[in-house]
Amino acid sequence: MNYFDKDLAGLHADLVAKKISAKELTQATFDNIKATDPQIDAFLNLNEEAALNQAAEIDQQGINADQPLAGIPVGLKDNIVTKGLTTTAASKILENFKPVYDATVTEKLANAQMITVGKTNLDEFAMGGSTENSAFKTTKNAWDQTKVPGGSSGGSAAAVASGQVPVALGSDTGGSIRQPAAFNGIVGIKPTYGRVSRWGLIAFGSSLDQIGPMTRSVKDNATILSAIAGHDDHDLTSSTQAVPDFAADLNDATSVKGMRIGLPKEFLAEGVNPDVKAAILAAADTYRKLGATVDEVSLPHNKYGVAAYYIIASSEASSNLQRFDGIRYGYRAKDVKNLEDVYVKSRSEGFGEEVKRRIMLGTFSLSAGFYDAYFLKAAKVRTVIINDFKAVLKDHDFIMGPVAPTPAFGIGDEIKDPITMYMNDVLTIPVNLAGLPGLSLPAGFSNNLPVGMQLIGRPFDESTLYKAGYAFEQNTDFHLQVPTLGGQN
Amino acid sequence: MANRINREQVQHVAGLAKLEFTDAELDAFTPQLDDIIGMFESLSEVDTDGVDVTSNVSDQLNVMREDVADNWGQSSALLHNAPDAARGFIKVPAIIDESEDND
Repeated sequence: MNYFDKDLAGLHADLVAKKISAKELTQATFDNIKATDPQIDAFLNLNEEAALNQAAEIDQQGINADQPLAGIPVGLKDNIVTKGLTTTAASKILENFKPVYDATVTEKLANAQMITVGKTNLDEFAMGGSTENSAFKTTKNAWDQTKVPGGSSGGSAAAVASGQVPVALGSDTGGSIRQPAAFNGIVGIKPTYGRVSRWGLIAFGSSLDQIGPMTRSVKDNATILSAIAGHDDHDLTSSTQAVPDFAADLNDATSVKGMRIGLPKEFLAEGVNPDVKAAILAAADTYRKLGATVDEVSLPHNKYGVAAYYIIASSEASSNLQRFDGIRYGYRAKDVKNLEDVYVKSRSEGFGEEVKRRIMLGTFSLSAGFYDAYFLKAAKVRTVIINDFKAVLKDHDFIMGPVAPTPAFGIGDEIKDPITMYMNDVLTIPVNLAGLPGLSLPAGFSNNLPVGMQLIGRPFDESTLYKAGYAFEQNTDFHLQVPTLGGQN
Repeated sequence: MANRINREQVQHVAGLAKLEFTDAELDAFTPQLDDIIGMFESLSEVDTDGVDVTSNVSDQLNVMREDVADNWGQSSALLHNAPDAARGFIKVPAIIDESEDND
């Protein structure tokens, strides 16, 4: 079965009413993944035996009304560790790696009795915007299999968009949840930095990384964020702020009445596709009709975000990826003569091209003689970008704009040109630099490819974004469109 | 293209990062890194005099805890991930280059 017609509440109702058992649902999910994944290539690894056993156990215990997620399948991006289940980060260097513990989000979903059906594809170590940097395969866009699904959480996005799973988790360092959500016509959130524990997320840029849910609707997204958020002793950057029941507030389709929304002029500047621009202007009109005010505002330093980000994220990555040394786990090169050889050859053979490029950029930016001009300068520009957001959000409830300048591009079109690829992140990166929450949701189409809208809020105010997203969804039908896969519809 | 970074510098940085590149890779990588570093230099347009650096956007202050050893009891699972292990230890090649010893 696919998940085009039922939301989480509907699935839960069917499970409680025993219209379907958890085991039947899990089996039907695997049957559908096996039928559709040859076209989509969303999954790297399926967890079939353990998932069916877990579902059978849940059936035996019975599902009650107070277990809203019990027995419902979920996909996890393969940079989120799962005890005993191979976790690769889509890298040859971790090809056979079996984690000895669960990520906090994995554990929280398991405690809610969700069923992990498998691990989804990504750009190696989450570095990229198309999944073309995966060492294993390129995922296809659910709407057009000649297009990229976006990235780095492209596997999670395509799996949800093609109806394989109702929910998947992604991670977002510079747009890696929001951009693939936009490219596939689904909902994705990059929560406030610190909202969700990063324990067990294979580190890329530790001051930027956040895990978040990818779903078919705003309400489902809100439900999952509440389930995975909260302070964790294992991640001391995780916040002690209380976690609201985000979905409980979503019942008023006119809740944006009286809100002030900022639309930065830089977000619709040169380089933004005309269809994308038109979709965002139409969305602004929808919000106005619902009683909100939409003002043109300015984020004057937005254009420096890409440069600051590729220095900061690459520097953090070059430090984080030192741990891959061929000694304790992961790939070790053959025919090595000494310890230095183990390090150099294992890393050079194990990492892919984009990962090496980022390690090089980061090592350069941190090296003697260049640290002040590059890393320190970028860290100061980060403060300037944060101040731009603070100024706008002081008197606006949230900011709206596109997620990406264009809809999904063709597989192979941009992979040879790193700078063009990096520029795709120009509208998502500043949100990570500032640690703010960003919600991506369907807002239109361009030549039958989805166009996404991004809502950016104040720190820890995901509630406002969900309310505004829900109001938009209730007054439009973009999120109800589904792709056609090999005639399955 | 202006030489912001040349082939020798790329090799030096590769050494710091414990990476090695073939001549063909260096030919492709050097101008590419030079272009990206050129893009980085746009930051010089931003006036950051007197601006503090941001290294962290967490709302948490540093949290202290007791330093208590915790035995996760998973040494065999951990060793299972090691490329080479024997008798409860990870095996690595000799630190000294054995080929030089044999000369």
